[in-house]
Parts: sequence; C-alpha cells; structure tokens
Amino acid sequence: MAAPMVKRSSLIINNIFSNYIRKNISKCKRSISFSRVNGGENTSQTHFGYENIPEDEKEERVYKVFENVATKYDLMNDAMSAGIHRLWKDYFISKMAPTPGTQLVDVAGGTGDIAFRFLNYVRNEDSESYNNQDRQSDVETPPELRSISESDEISESGESKTEKAKSFVTICDINQAMLDVGKSKAENLGFSSETCFIQGNAENLPLESNKYDVYTIAYGIRNCTHIDKVLQEAYRVLKPGGRFMCLEFSHVTNPLIQQLYDSYSFQVIPVMGQVLAQDWKSYQYLVESIRQFPKQEEFVEMIRNAGFKMAKYENITFGVTAIHSGFKI
Amino acid sequence: MNSFTNIYKTLNYSKYSYFRRLNLLQVCKSRVTRHHGLATYSTDVKEENEEMHTDSEDNHHPGYDYLYSGHIPTTRFQKTLLAIGSGITAIVDPARDDMVSAFGETTGYFALQRLREKMLKDPVGRQILEERPILNSSTLDIDYLGSLPENTFGKHYWKFLTKNGFSPDARLPVQFVDDDDLQYVMLRYRQIHDLFHTVLGMPPHMLGEVIVKMVETFQTGLPMCALAAMFGPVRLGPVHRQKYFTTYLPWAIKCGSSAKFLMAVYYEKHWEQDLQEFRQELNIIEPPPGIGRKKKNTENAS
Repeated sequence: MAAPMVKRSSLIINNIFSNYIRKNISKCKRSISFSRVNGGENTSQTHFGYENIPEDEKEERVYKVFENVATKYDLMNDAMSAGIHRLWKDYFISKMAPTPGTQLVDVAGGTGDIAFRFLNYVRNEDSESYNNQDRQSDVETPPELRSISESDEISESGESKTEKAKSFVTICDINQAMLDVGKSKAENLGFSSETCFIQGNAENLPLESNKYDVYTIAYGIRNCTHIDKVLQEAYRVLKPGGRFMCLEFSHVTNPLIQQLYDSYSFQVIPVMGQVLAQDWKSYQYLVESIRQFPKQEEFVEMIRNAGFKMAKYENITFGVTAIHSGFKI
Repeated sequence: MNSFTNIYKTLNYSKYSYFRRLNLLQVCKSRVTRHHGLATYSTDVKEENEEMHTDSEDNHHPGYDYLYSGHIPTTRFQKTLLAIGSGITAIVDPARDDMVSAFGETTGYFALQRLREKMLKDPVGRQILEERPILNSSTLDIDYLGSLPENTFGKHYWKFLTKNGFSPDARLPVQFVDDDDLQYVMLRYRQIHDLFHTVLGMPPHMLGEVIVKMVETFQTGLPMCALAAMFGPVRLGPVHRQKYFTTYLPWAIKCGSSAKFLMAVYYEKHWEQDLQEFRQELNIIEPPPGIGRKKKNTENAS
C-alpha cells in the first residue's frame, strides 16, 4: 500500500531532478551565486530569493520588501520563530559582553532590537560595576578631608571621576520606515539619549573611519547586494582592536533538522506572512534569501579576506542562526 | 574543478527549490487550462516540465503568475493552513477583506467547479465565461450610471457606490486558485457582490452583509458564504440580531433558493432596466422594508 506510492513519488522526484539538472548543466555559468554573475547582456545579475535580477534592482526591491513589512516586523519575528529570536539576540549580546563606554554601530538595525539589548546590558553592568562608588566606602573619610580630596581630584585630572565615555549606539539602516519604527520604540523605552538613527547604505556608510568599538549587523547582511563591500566598510569604521559581529540565518548542519526546517520555512512562513502581514511575497523572499546566503565556512573566509583576524563562527540551534565574529587587529 | 563546484551549487539549489517545484507540481496536478478567453473544459495535465517557467533567465519569480497574473501557487498543506488562519482572522477582524478573500479561494475548490459547470449550461453564463467582463473603473462609466433615471438598476447601483464611498476597483484580485477559469469565476463572484447588494436592496452594514451572504450561499454554494452567514450574526447587536432572525433570515432563504441563477446574469447589460422589473425577471421577492436606508424607501413589501 505504501510501497507503490513511495515508488511513484520517488519517481516523480527523480524525474524532476533529472530533468532540471539536464536543463541546467549546460547553463552552469548562470547558476545562482552570491557574487557577480554575467548575464546574457552586459548587466550583471544577482539573486533576489530564487529570482535572477539585475544588480541595480536588488537594492530597490529589498527596500520595498522592508517598507512593506516594517510595521509588522516585530510581530512577524515573534510569530515565525515562536519568540526564539529574542533568545538568539540575547545570546548574541552576551557573546559580545560589552563594557560600559562602548561605542556600537548597529547596521541594518532598523527596529533597534540589538541596540536596546546592548544598552540594557551596559546599564546593568554600570550598576554592578567594579568602579561603583558604593563599594569603595569601606573606610569613611572624615568630613574635613572629604571635600578637599574631591576637589583635588577634580582639579588634577581634568575630568571628574564619575565622567567617562558613555555607551552610545549609532543605528544605521537603509530603510526609513524601519528607522521610524525604531525611533518610536526608543522613545517609548527611554533610550533616546543614547541612540542615534542614521539612514545609510551598509556598502557605503556615512560614518567616519576608526570610530567604533563594535560593529554589529543582525539579520541584515543577506539582504545586501555586495557582501564584500559591507565587510570592507565594517573594517573601515571600526577602531583598531574593534570587533565585527554578525548574526545571521545560516545553513543547518543536521540533515533531519534541515528537512524539518525547510518544510517549516517554505510551507508555513509565507502563509503566516499572508495572514498576519498581508504579504506573501516578502516572506517567500525571506526564506529564499536565507538559502542563498553563503555557508558558514564560506562567510568566515570572506570575513578573513576583508582583513579581520581571529575570524570564527558559532552555530546556534543546529545552524539555523550563526554568529560570525572577527577583530580588526 | 570550477564546473564541479558549479554543479554542486546547482544541485544544492535544486534541492532547496524542491518546495518551489512541489508547489508547481500541485498546481499542475489539478486540472489546468491555458486557453484564455475560451470556456473550454479543462484538459488533463501533460508533460509539465516544458510549460513551467523555471529557467533562470526569466525575470519574474519562478512560480508567481504561473496561470494568471497575480497567481501564487500553493500546496494543499499551505491551502489548509491558509484556510484556517484566514478563517479565524476574518471572524476576529472582519475589516480584513483580504482574509475573507483568501478564505473563499482556499475553501472554494469544489464549489467553484460546480459553479462553472452551472454557468456553462446556461447560455448567458457561457457567454460571460467566454467574454470575461471585468467590473472596474475603466470599464464602468460612473457618471453615465449617475445620469440614468431614478428607478433603474444602474442608478440604484450608482447610489450604492457613491453613498457608501465604494469604488468598483476595491475588489482584490484572486491569488490562490490554481485554475484559470475558476479564477475568473471567483473574480466574477467577488465583483458582482456589490451588485447583489443593489438587487437585494441591502446596505453594506453588518446585517446587510450577512443577509447577502445567506442569499449567496444558496446561489453559489461557497463555504466562505455559508460560514460567514452562520458566524456573522455573532457580531450583530441585539436589535439587528432580532430583526435578522425574525424577518430577514426567512426572506433570505426563500429568496436565495427560489431566485434564478444569479451568477449567470450579464449585469452590465441591464443598467437601464427598471429595478422592480429586473427583480421580477430574476425571480427575487421584494425585500422586507425597514433595513435602514435613510432615504425614502421606494420598494413595497411582498
């Protein structure tokens, strides 16, 4: 009973694959790749999900996708990952382990998830920090000496003991709609003084060189047309000793989990997108763009090529997400 | 070595594109007709690989717009999930008209086929399927409708549109039906929904919508209409609910089952006809009064 059906379905699958491969072996040069591919005409083509489009179009189309989904972005993230994306982002920040006073640039950080987590983390650090004044007063200085010692310190150092560089986040995104959502969230959560929102292209950042301690890009780099340019810009804006960190969907290592993940991605996510956000095509693009992104090893190689040292990656949840990291040393 | 990596990449790509092929396979397994404009009986699928636009030189997404523009092929599992999700959303938030549409498209497979068979049997219905008239602002001259005399069908429709601020363009295109003819039947049903409102004399508030859906259930057999008619009254206030169960529901059932087949009427040819006369032609019993139109009610109770 099951055997003929299995046989029939495997024949169908074989049929599809062999026909498809036969058709495409001759078109190997046109196969989908993440770098520039020459099309028939002079325009170079790149991938947009499973479509092939001219490179100049990709930026615009990605812009439209995120413009459409901006208002429901957080809701859809929660629905699609059943809230697990919050754990991934928390883990990401704990891996970063920033100290108070860090200057962070969060690229493609539109709605501010990483930025706000970072600020919460350093605020907690601040309140528990070693340099906290409370812990120093084991021995009370007598009142006559206290005012003298404080004023001495202020006049000697040039800046008071409590003043050090404040942690600050520069959030950069190419899409104004996402930035607007992020701005209103920042106001609601009280982070407006420690964040600044800038619109800009990750391949050509409107920021000064050698300025930031950490550069993060969370779930944004797969949407960029030229990943190598993004990495070069990251290298440029980081201070020497700065860290590049990338959180991105990646390739699942376990074949069984991969099948489940693929089924879930292709069958369920576009339907969720249609029901919750009225947009099937954007979420179809999302799951396809995840498959088009280079594998973990390939991406680490690209990071090394951009000049970063100690480049490594870590898989989370069997490779559904991966954290890539490198230092500008 | 380079060709090996390319082959490897292609294989990986084809592995991931399994789902795209699965969607299209599902679509082709259902009966497909590619003859646009001719109301032919659908032909069984032949070798689908040549027909599928899977070549990488095509600029559009392989899979979208496969049978008609706006088409998104879906597997049976996706249709089920979409039906459940859209059904719940449509009840919770009836303003989401795209969810109502999606629910109708995903659950209407058998009903649409039955409708098409019925339309083919009727001469006017067959003509509609062949000519495929569309109601939108370019095919419909709103000012002309406004210039017609008072009691005509066209004038009533014009009043319906202008009073409620509707536009004939507001109906969403069909996306999830995997057949070209059936897609047109669904689209036609959606577009003449407003005409049903006019012919039945029902305003577009919740009560009027539920009544029209009840009549449509008998006329079309679409599960979406049946469920909307059954669960819609949940959202009615007590006054409307009372009115609905005592007066309008019996009328709607009688009217819906005794009227002529309303999908096979070429409404575009009846703009100048007197509304009462048109109703008699269609065997529609005059609606009971008191449905809430603020202007003078010219219809008499049956």
